[in-house]
This record gives sequence, C-alpha cells and structure tokens, in this order.
Amino acid sequence: MTEVLAADGRPLKASLNRALRRQKLRALALIAPLLIFILVSFVMPIADMLFRSVENEIVSDTLPRTVKALEGWDSSSGEAPGEAVFNALYTDMALATEYKSHTRLGSRLNYELTGVSSLFRKSGRRVKRFDTDVYADAFRDADPAYADPGQWAAWMSDDTVRAAVPVTAATYDAWAKMIVEVDNDDPAKEEPWDFVYTALYNEAVAGASLPVAVDVSGVEPVSLRDQFVEVDKDWLDIDVWQTIKIYAPKYTNGYFLNSVDLLKGPDGAEARPESERIYVVLFIRTMIMSLSIMGMCVLLGYPIAWLLANLRDRTANLLMILVLLPFWTSLLVRTSAWKVLLQQQGVINDVLVWIGLVADDGRLQLINNQTGTIIAMTHILLPFMILPLYSVMKTIPPSYLRAAKSLGATDWTAFWRVYFPQSVPGIGAGCILVFILSIGYYITPELVGGTKGVFISNRIAYHISSSLNWGLAAALGSILLAVVLLLYWVYDKIVGIDNVKLGG
Amino acid sequence: MKTTLKLMATSCLTLTASMALADGHMANEMTIVSWGGAYSNSQQKAYHEPYMENTGVNIINDESSAEAVAKLRAMNEAGNVTWDVVDVVASDAIRLCDEGLAMEIDPDTQLADGDDGSKASDDFGDLLVSECFIPQIVYSTTVGYRTDLVGDTAPTEICAIFDTDAYPGKRSLEKRPINNMEWALLCDGVAKDAVYDVLETEEGQAQAFAKLDTIKDDVIWWSAGADTPQLLADGEVVMGSTYNGRLFSLIEEQKQPVAMLWDAQVFDLDGWIIPAGLTPEREARALDYVKFATDTQRLADQSKYIAYGPARASSAPLVGKHADLGIEMAPHMPTDPNNAKNTFLYNYEWWADYRDDLDAKFQAWLSK
Repeated sequence: MTEVLAADGRPLKASLNRALRRQKLRALALIAPLLIFILVSFVMPIADMLFRSVENEIVSDTLPRTVKALEGWDSSSGEAPGEAVFNALYTDMALATEYKSHTRLGSRLNYELTGVSSLFRKSGRRVKRFDTDVYADAFRDADPAYADPGQWAAWMSDDTVRAAVPVTAATYDAWAKMIVEVDNDDPAKEEPWDFVYTALYNEAVAGASLPVAVDVSGVEPVSLRDQFVEVDKDWLDIDVWQTIKIYAPKYTNGYFLNSVDLLKGPDGAEARPESERIYVVLFIRTMIMSLSIMGMCVLLGYPIAWLLANLRDRTANLLMILVLLPFWTSLLVRTSAWKVLLQQQGVINDVLVWIGLVADDGRLQLINNQTGTIIAMTHILLPFMILPLYSVMKTIPPSYLRAAKSLGATDWTAFWRVYFPQSVPGIGAGCILVFILSIGYYITPELVGGTKGVFISNRIAYHISSSLNWGLAAALGSILLAVVLLLYWVYDKIVGIDNVKLGG
Repeated sequence: MKTTLKLMATSCLTLTASMALADGHMANEMTIVSWGGAYSNSQQKAYHEPYMENTGVNIINDESSAEAVAKLRAMNEAGNVTWDVVDVVASDAIRLCDEGLAMEIDPDTQLADGDDGSKASDDFGDLLVSECFIPQIVYSTTVGYRTDLVGDTAPTEICAIFDTDAYPGKRSLEKRPINNMEWALLCDGVAKDAVYDVLETEEGQAQAFAKLDTIKDDVIWWSAGADTPQLLADGEVVMGSTYNGRLFSLIEEQKQPVAMLWDAQVFDLDGWIIPAGLTPEREARALDYVKFATDTQRLADQSKYIAYGPARASSAPLVGKHADLGIEMAPHMPTDPNNAKNTFLYNYEWWADYRDDLDAKFQAWLSK
C-alpha cells in the first residue's frame, strides 16, 4: 500500500496531524489569558479556602520542640507535663516572642480554649526575664570562652562539639537563624541568649562532654516549670496542654467538627455543650429559608414573566423597566427601604392601622424576623427568577395554546398540559440561580433578619472579618459548597440538568 | 496572528505604563483608612486638611475600618499592604498587634509630647492599651431614650433597659455580648468591680443570659452604628444603646426628642495603627502623619466636629465650640464630669480571651 504524500513530500497523515496540532496550540494560546485568569482568580482561591479548613501548621511551626516533647505526655494522667516539656516550651517561647508569633498562636488556640490568648501574651512578655540567667553567668564566670560570640560560632561549626552537645547545637542554630532574620545581626558577634545556655546546662548535667570542661554541679537548677507557673498558674491546667496536644498535627479536622457543633477532644469527636450549639441550626435554617425564598420567587415571578412575554411590546418594555429598575438600585438602599416600609411604626403598619385592619397596640411584626428576611430577599432576588423565565416563555409559540384550545381544551388544561411543561426549563434555571444566590446572602439577613432570620453566611462573614477564625469560616464554607453540589446532583437526578435554559 | 500579537503587546505596554504611573503617584500619597461618615469628616477637617497643606502629601481616604482587621490580614498574606495608616477600635488594635499585622510604637520617641510638656506616654496614660495602638478619641456606648415615649418619669439609670414595666416598648441593643453582658450583671445586683470575675464563671454567664432573657422579646438587635438613631427617630424603640457621638448628632443636629442616659456608659477607645511591613519611606511618612495628627492641638480640634473626647489629658482644656452649631462641646464629651458620674471600664484583656467563647454562646442564645 502506498502512502499518500503531501506537496512537501511528507506523508499526508503526519502533515495533517501537524497542522491540526498547530491549530490547537494556537487556539490554546488564544484562550490562555482567560484560562490563566480563571485559574488564578477563581480556582486557586477556592482551593486555598478548602485547604485552610484543615490546615493547622501554626502550632507545630511555633512550638516545634514542645510538640515533640509532648508526645511522651499522657493527657489522661491528670497531671500537667514535667520539666522536659517546660524546657522545650521555654526555648520555643523565647524564639516565638522574637518572631512575634506567640500571640498569633495564642489567638489561634483561644478559639478552642478560652484564656490561651492572654496566657501566651503574658508569658511572652515575661519569658526574657526568667531566672535562667544564672546558667549563663555560671558558664561565663567559669570560662571566658563561653562569653565569646566568636568562640561559640567556632564550636557550633565543629562537628565533634555538635555531636557532644546536640540539643545545644540545635538550639544555637535556631537562635542564630533568629538573630539573622529578626535583628539583622551577625550571630558570630552576638552573645547567645539565656535559653542557649540553659540547653547547654541541661546537657552538662546529663553528662555530656562540654567544649571547655566546666563544673556546673554547684549551680542551683532553675525549674522552668515553676518559672512558667509563676507567670500564670494556667500552665498547670491540663486543658491547656491537652489543647496544644490535640492541635499539634499539621492537619486537623477540628474546624469541621466545630462547624457541625462538635468538639475535638483527646479521644476524637465529642458533643459540644448545648449552650454553644448553633451551626447545625443555622445550616438547616439557611436551607429552609432559601427554599421558601425560591418558592416565593416562582409564585411571584411566573405571572410577571408571563405578562412580559405576552403583552404588546410597548407595555412589556415598560414592565421590563419596572423589573430592572430595582435590580439596578443599590442593595443597601433597597434593604433600608424595606425597613422603612416594614417596621412597626412603618408605612405598611400605619396603613393597616389607618384602615382599621389591626389595632394600634397590635401592630404586626414584619421585620427583624424570618418574615422580614423572606420579604426583602424575595424582592431582591425576583429579577433572577423573572429574567430566565421571560426568555424561555418568549420562545413558546402562542399558536400552541390556540391549537390546544381549538382542540377543545379548557383554559386550565391548555395552560397546564401545553404551556407549563414548556416553561419548566426557565423555572429550573431561575430556581437554581435564586437558591444559590440566597444561601450566600448575608447583608440583607443581617439588616432585616433580627435573630431568627440570619443565615449561616452571617457567621461565615463574622469569622472572616471579625474573629479572624478563617479556618472555621473555610470549613463552614466548604460544607455549604458540598450541600449545594449535593442539591445540584439531586436536581440533576430528578429534573435533569439538560432541562435548564437561560434563554432561547 | 499579527493582530493578536499587536493586541498583546499593547496591553502589556498599557499595564507597565499604568504600573509606572501608579508608582509615580505613590511618592507623595498616603492612604488613610477610617470609618466614613461624620467621623471621617471630622478627621478630614482636623487632621488631613492641615497636614496636606503643611506637607503637600496627598491623603486618600478609604472607608474600610469596619473590615480593617480581615483586610489587613489578607493584604499581609498577599505581601502587598496598600494602607499607610488605619483607624481602628482598641480591641481590633490588640488583635492586629497579636497577629503581627501592626507595627509597635514607642510613644515617647515617636509621638509628640503634650503642649504642657508632659511625655506622650504620660499624656495618653492608661489609654495606651496595646504596644501598637495610638489613641485618638474616647467614645462611649451609652443609652438614648425618646423623651416623649417614656412617660412622666424619665429613666435615670442603666437598669431602665431591663425595666419593661416602667418603660414598655422595644429597646435596641448591639448584636454582640460586649456591653450587654456587663449591663445585665450590673442590673442583676453584681457589684461593678466584680463583673468580670463573675462573668468568668459558667454560673455568671448563665446569670447574665437569664437577665437578658427577661427582655429578649423586647429587643431589636443592631449591628450598624446608624441603626439605633434611626430606630429612635422613627419611634420604633423607646430606648437603645449606641455611640455617644451618634446620639449627639441625633439630639443637637437633627433636633429629635431624644435624651441621653450616660449612666454606666462604657468607655471605649479608637485610634491609629500603622500596618507592619511598610517600606521605610512609607513608614516614615505614616509616623510623621500620626505624630502630627495626635498632638495636643489636633486632638482638641477634632472635638469641634464630633462629640468624642480627645485621648490626651492635655487636650481637654482646649476643647472649644462646635464648628457649625456654635455650642460648647465640653458638656457633650463622655469624659465630662457631669456625664461620667457612673462609668464602666471596658476590660480589653479580658474580652480578648473571652470574646470567641462568649460570642459563640451569645449567638447560640440569640438563635434559640
């Protein structure tokens, strides 16, 4: 079989493939800006948000030695950890204070246990003034080499010394790194801080051979446990240590447990006390109210869309402007307008009292509750229902209805059997739009929802902007996203997603 | 293909050009973040305008203080802080300082001395609640009531909030535990200096919630400072808590039939922070601005435009008349002896610890 050749003598098939490939690449290059834009501005932030809901590196980054030392501590022993853990905490805390990360960790752990924030802040302030300076003095008095920064640097680059006092070497490295990064100084010109001498002392007592032999047996040991307890006796509180231990791993399911009203305990998930349960209620409420808002939008939007699609063009255009005008008005203005209308001394109540429908002392409570949220949100989201409905209805030929009637159908049968089924794709599209928009709304519920009319998104907003508990906000957001996807899947199973039309 | 290339080249050029232009503008501009409204206006008049005139620096206002903490953290994570000076309340300043998002200030070397010669640290005194915080004003959360709706005996003390028999009708309180929990305990017989000790215990918290339960159905919970003034003006509530400056403008500027309770007003502070991680040049400019804007005269000037007390002791004697209304401002300051007969001190350190926990409980209580 002979191969078909192209004009340049190459096989036609290869030549065609090449041309095709080139075209594809060119097409890719053309959409590349958009692709990159979507990746950078849409996919990555969402991935980052999902990741934040499990990420928990701050504990092991800030207190690496303490976390390691805590591995040997049994939280069920009923006793706070011993000297070794406090030794590790001392080094970690002294370093963290310089990096100013201790207060940050304090705020993080304070989400889990009240009081940790001030415990860390207080301890950070005091940790530099601990009594461990006696160790440093003892070494420096015993041999001036210990007061010489250059000598220290030389020792710490000598492998035999490092092997003899490994903990001191590691502590010195961390200190040197901090001196360079935070103070912009040269460690070879700075005398090591107390916590380096403390590490050296501990190793000397344990029998390590020092670079220059010094007898430290005469130095009175300083209990770091006592030093910390002196700052705050909460350091003896088992709960503090348990919290640190529970949140030591780099990844945690704690945020997710919190967002379904559970608690991460030493043996896994525990129920939260009833006085703190809120999120499950809010999730359910958000779903129910969003469904009600969606239902209201269908009920109100369907007739309007029908009118828009079937009236004469001039009238329909006027109506369309009436639909769009509020759509273009600021959200806050519209919400505030509802306040003026709905409040007890507001326009609607005034009118009702004036025509005698309600008594003056029995004015209706229309705002600062669920009614207020549903009314205001229905109004705000109505255009998202009307517009897709309208564009679908516009494509239904009026002759179908006439045909149905001429074949003997009543008005109702003609509508229900002929017209309605053809408008279902518009209802589907409108419902999805309205539902998804409403579960994410928080400004309107915050302003008119009172206590019972707020959504889960209000708590997400609070944790993002006020408490800075972004991990919990991310977990709540992830759950919300999962619920939406689940509902979308259910919708696809029942109605079919191909059956959704935004127009034409 | 050619067209695409040209397009891409043009857009690249435009981008670089606009970036260069932005850089050029940066040189003599600073972005100051504040709360907006009447408050920003008072700062514009008292600080920004004289500073711009003196130095030629152009000040851009950004009204994002309500979300300042979150936005600063996001900017910090993105490595691009676009703000130079930020106005925040003291509790937010503490949080920002804890998170390492604000720079630490040494008042004595970086701020102006008082005009009576006192050191800045003495002049501000206890109001320096965080290493990063430069106090500006003292404001208070207090209660205003409709004079025409409270009957013959006007309320004189804070517990009127809880007295629905004597003062029937709705009241508005802030949708957060701070202040409400303290007032509830005060009105449930807890001594003023024992409030936080009681509130630390489970029983104390239950006690405060039980007290709040007695008026739960009569409360409209507000979340924006403008809510209570609007509710009072419309007669929707008989009394409600809000910031004293808001009540001042409701009473004196809008002439509404409202009066202030002042009893057990809770002092709070508002001031500046400078974001951490600015370039040395921007940091120097921010410090220069802050030093100017918090000197004795400038702080006193601000009270011409809004009813908040200057944070410096040395500014108090300089407080004069309102710029437009011409009334003496001193009697409207929360710190005026007549108003400050019974005040409550907000415990920042305590709330920094308990805020997360109590807020969760408060929200759970609200939703029940």
